[in-house]
Parts: sequence; structure tokens; C-alpha cells
Amino acid sequence: MSNSLAIETQGLGRIYKLRGSKKEKRKELVALQDVSLTVQRGELFGLLGPNGAGKTTLIKVLTTLLSPTSGWARVAGADVHAEPNLVRPRINMVSGGESSGYGLLTVKENLWMFSQFYGAPSKEANERIEALLEMVGMKDRMHTKSSDLSTGLRQKMNIVRGFLTDPEVLFLDEPTLGLDVGASRDVRKFILEWLKADRERTLLLTTHYMVEADELCDRVAIINKGRVLACDTPSALKQRLQKDVTFEIETSPLNGLTPQMMESQPEVKKAALTDIEGGARWKLSLVEESALARVFNLFAQKEIKVMNLNKRQPTLEDVFVDLVGRSMAEEESNEQSAG
Amino acid sequence: MQTSTSWRSFRMAAWLGWLIESNWTDPFLFAIYSIVKPLSGAAILVIMYGIISGGNFNTPLFPYIYLGNAFYIYVGAVMTGVSWAVVDDREHYKTLKYMYIAPIYIPVYLLGRGVARFITGSIAVFITIVAGVLFLKVPLHWAEINWGLFFVTLILGVVMLALLGLLLAGITLTVARHEGFIGEATAGALYIFSGAVFPLDVLPEWIRPIGYFMPTTYWLELLRRSLVGNVAQAFPTLANFSNLQILGILLGLSIFFGVVSIWVFRYCDSVARERGLIDRTTNY
Repeated sequence: MSNSLAIETQGLGRIYKLRGSKKEKRKELVALQDVSLTVQRGELFGLLGPNGAGKTTLIKVLTTLLSPTSGWARVAGADVHAEPNLVRPRINMVSGGESSGYGLLTVKENLWMFSQFYGAPSKEANERIEALLEMVGMKDRMHTKSSDLSTGLRQKMNIVRGFLTDPEVLFLDEPTLGLDVGASRDVRKFILEWLKADRERTLLLTTHYMVEADELCDRVAIINKGRVLACDTPSALKQRLQKDVTFEIETSPLNGLTPQMMESQPEVKKAALTDIEGGARWKLSLVEESALARVFNLFAQKEIKVMNLNKRQPTLEDVFVDLVGRSMAEEESNEQSAG
Repeated sequence: MQTSTSWRSFRMAAWLGWLIESNWTDPFLFAIYSIVKPLSGAAILVIMYGIISGGNFNTPLFPYIYLGNAFYIYVGAVMTGVSWAVVDDREHYKTLKYMYIAPIYIPVYLLGRGVARFITGSIAVFITIVAGVLFLKVPLHWAEINWGLFFVTLILGVVMLALLGLLLAGITLTVARHEGFIGEATAGALYIFSGAVFPLDVLPEWIRPIGYFMPTTYWLELLRRSLVGNVAQAFPTLANFSNLQILGILLGLSIFFGVVSIWVFRYCDSVARERGLIDRTTNY
């Protein structure tokens, strides 16, 4: 393995054996399938996928909490399964959406304790705690018992805990989950500043917020049902769809025009329709921009008025839809109903 | 200066355990609780004994029961102090996964978490014995106490109990439901089979081997002998063995159970990692 790699996985798989009732046989849940990834040192790498896609399972394997059932993974140069004691001093992890921590201890005591587990000199640790709490706007809450903190502040405290030990590789599992808009923005800013301060630092972030992945990550792996479907820079992923031109058009009522009729036009690749008050909203993927004239002709034939027209740039959501065939929200609700 | 991984795991775990044990209320209430709890436990036993014996506290059986019960506080405190840390960190504080990914030795960390319970347990044992001497005429004469035997036995026993706690912690790691009962059930079983409140001779003969296999049996016997030698020897159980022989048996069984505990913990730790149980919260 090259030293420039912070994370490397090859054919990584994880199957959970689930216990059913006494009469039922044990079920198997495939959480990860044949995941092969490389993350360079200094990279901010994103794992993007709906709930239940396998993001957290992958983080658990990479942080030595869970053994893989197939394949292998190396973090900071050491095998996560065979050499966990070499991996642990070099990593840290923060899970969002949970209120972990010792409620009877103050914010400073919680953080100081974890710094001591990593062998940091006490004075240095205290200085670092103050500096980090200042950065996340929590210095005034340093002596507050963590049980008295709001969920958002407690999550910020946990984020500081992750950064406090200055790990070579930091894993952030949905770090902004449950945070309000302002706090999420602060966290994203903090992440970027931390990475900028040392080009050797590596961060693996899981999220199901497209905007977050797009805004923060150098590269993104789109993951669904335990498989990595695509892995590239956000712009390169979007570039894949760039060859199509996407328009959003709001029109008057349809007068019998259907998406199928629209898609039968030679240069219309995809047509999706949503009802809106007083009419409809079309989302059209066209082979080229000039095809818009044919679309307008079709509207004219059906006596449909065009109320609004927008040319859309592709987003990571569009990439996900293109890869999976469904939006991330649809995929999540589908998984829930199947579960 | 960098400290060793084991020492910092133990030191910080002990510090954390103490804050958790002592910070749940203000110091005055904590002090009251620390005094009232052991005395209440002892009072239940004394009242029961008084009713059954018709108020005769001058037999050798009374100090046997009283001291056995007093030192048995350590069994629950130290064993569950170590194993309960798994439940506490995993279910309550949701920090076990962060401990696991930190560069510490988890078994040493868990042993450190038991220190606080050892301290509070020691206070309870001390208060119970002092109350027994002052108010119930437990025949404890400072000049006749074999202090050397007492401290060697006490330390060896506490280490043995901590290692048994590690065994329970390992099992706790792999059990999905009702983990809290494991420590209590084990402590309860040992209470019957270790001669804590009655000599093993009163148990049916076929059950006695269980007690002879438990290190706690020899530990309690030696503690009684070191404090009130002749009274303890008035019972047939183990009476034919010298102090040194019993100490040897205690040491041997402690080493045996210590090795078994470490092996079981490692095995359970590996199973927990295989099954993804380290960060599981059941919300039961």
C-alpha cells in the first residue's frame, strides 16, 4: 500500500445475521458488498447514501468496532481487523444524532478525560480544549455539566471530542444530523478550517445531505444497499449528466399530454411530471438544448401555456436518481416499508 | 511525560468511576447515603438473626454471620463495579464505542471503573464492622487481629473479585437483554455457596463442592480467621486446614479464575466485534 493512502478497502463485505422468532430461521442482512475504495491523505472524502445504505457499517469496520465478513481494510497503513491497536491511536470518530457523554461531568471534564485516554499532556490538552470550544462558540459553556446542554450543544461537544486528539484520520458519521441550520453551517466551516490547517489530515464524512457532500467533499462515493455505485469528485459525478440538458417547465393544465407522449419525442430523454396548483411542473432531460423547440410545439398543439422555464444544473441528487432509478427520499421510504 | 497505556487506562477510568459514583448528589447526602446503606443492610440481617436465635448474640454464629455479611459487600461492589461499566457506557452514556476506538486497554479500563465501587464498598465494610463492634458486641479485639493475614487476604480477594468482574463484563458484552442481572445473579449465587452467612456444612452434601470450588469461600474464611480467629474455627468447614493452606488454595483458585476470566473476556470481546455488539443500544 502506498503511504499516500489514508484508507484503502478491497472487496470489503459485511453480513449481519439477524435473529428472528424461535420458529423463523436466521435472516441475513447484507450491509456491505464488495466495497473497494481508496482515500488519499489530506482528502475530505464523502460517503453519500440514504439511511440504511451501509455508510455507518463501513465506518464501524474502518474504526475497528466491527469485523468485516469478507475483504480487508487498512486505515493509516494498518489492517483494521488484524492490527486494531495500530489503527486506534491515529483515528477518531464522531457520530451525529446522538447525545453521548457523561452527563455528570462538565464539558471540560468530558473532553479532558478523552484527551488523557490518548495520552495528551494535561496542560496542552486544556489549552486545546479552550481553543476548540472557542471555535465552535462554546467556551462560555466549558464548566456546564453536559447533562444541562441542549442536544445541539452536546453534539458540538462531541465534535470537539473528535477533533481534540488531532487524529490522522477522522470519521464523521452524519455530523450535522439533528442540528439546526446555523449550527450545521458552523460545523461545516469548522471542518474545512481544521483540514486547511494541516494538509496531511484526512476526513471521511458520511451524510445523506446532498448539499453537504457537494459543498465539503473532494470526492464522493455514492453508496446504496451496501454497494458503492460511483466514486468521483462531485463535479465529475455531475458532469456525467451534463451531456443531457435539464429544464423545469411550469405549465397550465395538461389537456391529455402525458410523460410517455413527451418521451416519445425523439430528443426527449426523460420526462417527469408533478402536479402543482393550477397546472403542472415538468422536469425534462433533453439530448440537446435545441430540442426545446419541439417541446414547445407539443405544448402549442395541446394548447398548453408555458408559465415558467428554468434550465437546471445537475445536482448530486440527480446523479443518485440516475444511478439508482429513484430519489434518495424514495429509496429511504422504500427501505422502511420493506423493513 | 507520556504514561504507559495500561496506567492511563486505569487511572482515568478510576477517576471517571469516582466522579460517576460520588457526583450524583451533593457531598452531604452522599455521606449520609454511604453510612445508611450498609447499616440498613446489616440491620436486616441482625433483626432476622435476633428473631431466629431468640436474641442470643453471644454465640460464635453471630460474628460468623455478621463479618461474612460485612465483607460480602465487596463481592457485589467490586464484581459488578467492573461489569456494570459495560452496561453503563454502552446503554446509558453511549460512550463504549469511543472507549473502544481510543488507544487504551479495555480490560484495564473496566478494572479501573471498578475502583470507585471498591472505595465506596470499603467505606461500607468499615462502617458495618465498627457498628457491629460498638453496638452489637462483635468480639473484635485489635490486639488479637492478624493484620498481616488480613491485608494479604483482603488484597488478594479484591484482585480476584475484580478479575471475576472482568469475566462478567465479557459475558455482558455479548448479551442483548437484561445485562444488569448478570452481576446480581452471580453475587447472589456466591452468597449461598461461599459460606457468607452460614457454614457450608449446613448445605446438602451434594451442593457443598460448589462452595469448595469458589475462591470467595476461602477468602471469607481467612478474613474471619484473621479478625476473630477462634470463633471462625469453631465451625467444621475448613477447620482442618491451616491459615497457610487456605491462603494457598485461595491463591491457586484466584490464579485459575483470573486466567479463565481473561480468556473469557478476550473471547467475548472478539464475539462482540464479530456480531457488531460494541455500540449496540437496546433501550430496554
